[in-house]
Amino acid sequence: MFTTKNGDKVFVIDGHMALWDASPANQRNRHGEEFINCFYNYHKISPKEYYWPREKFEKYSEADLMKDLFEEGYVDMAIFQPAYLGDFYKEGFGNLRRNWALIQEHPDRLIGNGWWDPRNGEAGLEQLEREAEMFKLKGVKLYTAEWHGDSKGYKLSDPWAQRYLQKCVDVGIKNIHVHKGPTILPLNRDAFDVADVDDAATSFPDLNFIVEHCGLPRLDDFCWIAVQEPNVYAGLAVASALIHTRRKYFAEIITELLYWLGADRILFGSDYAIWHPKWIIEQFMDLELSNELAAEANTTLSLEVKKKIMGENCARLYDIDIAQQCVRLGLPAIAEPVAVA
Amino acid sequence: MNQPDQLEQVRAALDTVTDPEIDESVAALEFVSRVEVSDENDVSIEFRLPTFWCAPNFAFMMASDMRDAVREMDWVRSVSVKLLDHFSADLINRGVALKQDFRDAFPGETDDDLASVRLKFLGKAFERRQELLIRHLLGMGYKGEWMSQISLRELMGLSLDSEGTRLRTLYIFAWRRLHPEWSEANLAFVALSGDRLDPGQLPSYLRRIGGVRRNAEYNGFICRNLLAERKAEMAGVRE
Repeated sequence: MFTTKNGDKVFVIDGHMALWDASPANQRNRHGEEFINCFYNYHKISPKEYYWPREKFEKYSEADLMKDLFEEGYVDMAIFQPAYLGDFYKEGFGNLRRNWALIQEHPDRLIGNGWWDPRNGEAGLEQLEREAEMFKLKGVKLYTAEWHGDSKGYKLSDPWAQRYLQKCVDVGIKNIHVHKGPTILPLNRDAFDVADVDDAATSFPDLNFIVEHCGLPRLDDFCWIAVQEPNVYAGLAVASALIHTRRKYFAEIITELLYWLGADRILFGSDYAIWHPKWIIEQFMDLELSNELAAEANTTLSLEVKKKIMGENCARLYDIDIAQQCVRLGLPAIAEPVAVA
Repeated sequence: MNQPDQLEQVRAALDTVTDPEIDESVAALEFVSRVEVSDENDVSIEFRLPTFWCAPNFAFMMASDMRDAVREMDWVRSVSVKLLDHFSADLINRGVALKQDFRDAFPGETDDDLASVRLKFLGKAFERRQELLIRHLLGMGYKGEWMSQISLRELMGLSLDSEGTRLRTLYIFAWRRLHPEWSEANLAFVALSGDRLDPGQLPSYLRRIGGVRRNAEYNGFICRNLLAERKAEMAGVRE
């Protein structure tokens, strides 16, 4: 829980975090090594005092995660967004069973999302059904650039992806977190194209599509789609980490999102363990829009708006009752916004 | 020509080759790690992208654009462009050396050549550069009404400060590429669709195309950081 200078309490749900094992022992090939290298270079956007040594970054413990998020990082609840990457890592980069073991120890703190890959065909559909039941899934994380044999990625508009989305509807998974990475086939197209999200959001109006890192590096195209699709949300993972080195630029991104999507469709995510939530949350809660940006956004980054972004919007998608959750976690009650007559 | 002049010319040629995502030159982004000209006028270029995973289609575009830009100079006998430390480096380097089409370099992995993605990103560059130039001109006191009517020739005749001149040069470069059949009598400022700008709608139009610039800025920031870390890491390995 974050407490402002004025004593206001803010319930924080980190909508995007992970427990991974990218250690050499788990790497399947050079790709596994290069993948974590790339993450580690992203990590270096952190303030220096938050740098981890490479070895810890490759594999950190459950205890590290619990301490960083819930003791130091102001986070009250957090959602695992696992990337499997089975072509690169022997036991997967993220691992549902390992996540689940930790969730069982801290069921009031942690939510575990699953994943699927349309290229797994019928067997994958059955696996999804089993895992939805076993791990009580309410959401999935999709990494559309994941390698799979000869394939270097897929689109949500592919016929098999549509079948998996329908399966999500059938088994009660309603939150689809989409992570766009590079190298989607066919390679002659724009690798980060977000148009397939548009297609899927139209075809499945009962599912919520949370586009992680708000479509970056296609923020322009993403905003355009989100305006037309009410079930499309912006996940702030990655974007929020710019707040340290590029504060003004981050303010511009938030302005754009507030203008095009409004305050109810933006979800906080730290992308732990690439970045530690503590500094991101402190800097975000401290952020104010300049008059010029506030005029452009048509709103301000008020405490009410920040509360929505930090937890309330995500709570709505995951059926979390914040007041009840505060009781369960032994947290002070959060004042309801006072209605202004 | 002596070698320093040749190197200078090669660098100038590389300055016209852009990363499509960022709309800045591969030279300014420091992607190019080595340039050499032999006594026999063979040019060799090496470059490295910010990650092992950068999209291979863009990598291929940059590599073949570098080859073509350098090749255009008549003293050049041959050009070799080599991409380093990338998962598709072998395919890309071979394809660029053999002057293959992208679809031949990546058999089975693409259904067409790169024309459509090239056009898409040229369009983005056009919008990004146009927004910056229009905002600059508005800052100088020119009105949207007037801008929506002037020809390219009139734009070229405007007296601008050095920043304005730079923005105009970049914009006109994209304008000409996008509309090779147009003459200087055509309108200087049109939407990407080719439609005339509506001066009454200028603020919302600028807001929309401003998204393209913000996006490119993000890409530039991330790429520079990742590349700097990658170089530091590689230097560490060599030590």
